[in-house]
Amino acid sequence: MNYLLSGIATVFIVSGLFFFMVGALGLIRLPDVFSRMHATTKADTLGAGLVLFGVIIWQGVGFLAFNILLILIFIWITNPTAAHFIAKTEYLRGKSIEKDDAK
Amino acid sequence: MINVIYFAVAFLIGLAFVALYRAYKGPTAADRVVAINVITTKVVTIIVLIAAITNQNSYVNVALVYALIGFMTTIGVGKYLLKGKLN
Repeated sequence: MNYLLSGIATVFIVSGLFFFMVGALGLIRLPDVFSRMHATTKADTLGAGLVLFGVIIWQGVGFLAFNILLILIFIWITNPTAAHFIAKTEYLRGKSIEKDDAK
Repeated sequence: MINVIYFAVAFLIGLAFVALYRAYKGPTAADRVVAINVITTKVVTIIVLIAAITNQNSYVNVALVYALIGFMTTIGVGKYLLKGKLN
């Protein structure tokens, strides 16, 4: 049973690392601010969720797992909010938007 | 399992340096804000993993405070870029 829980936690943590890697790859490879935000926000939110959920499974039910769940809920609330605010800021400043979509 | 968590910490430190490259290189200010937000999420995950290795419950509270400070930093920098002032 302990080996089974460790195996499930390992699968969750490695999946989260894969999504973190996808986010970092999009951050350095994509050409625009909005594209980079599109890559990093979703991938980082899912990656952090998977890694922290893997740690919760590995630790079992307890005080540490409850605190980690609190961090997880906080990240899931604030990370899309911050990305939405940065996108709104960059759209209203309007210096890095290519204006060729009206033809 | 301990080896998996050590590997995860090392991998996340490497990805944080990749994001730091974008924060150094990025053409606009929003690129740097996005990169610092990514680094904040990675550092919170690293702190939680280290707390799980060492069985220290107080490190998790450090991670929660770090996530809060990162969110406030992002909102503050965005508002400064939008308005030119912070109030």
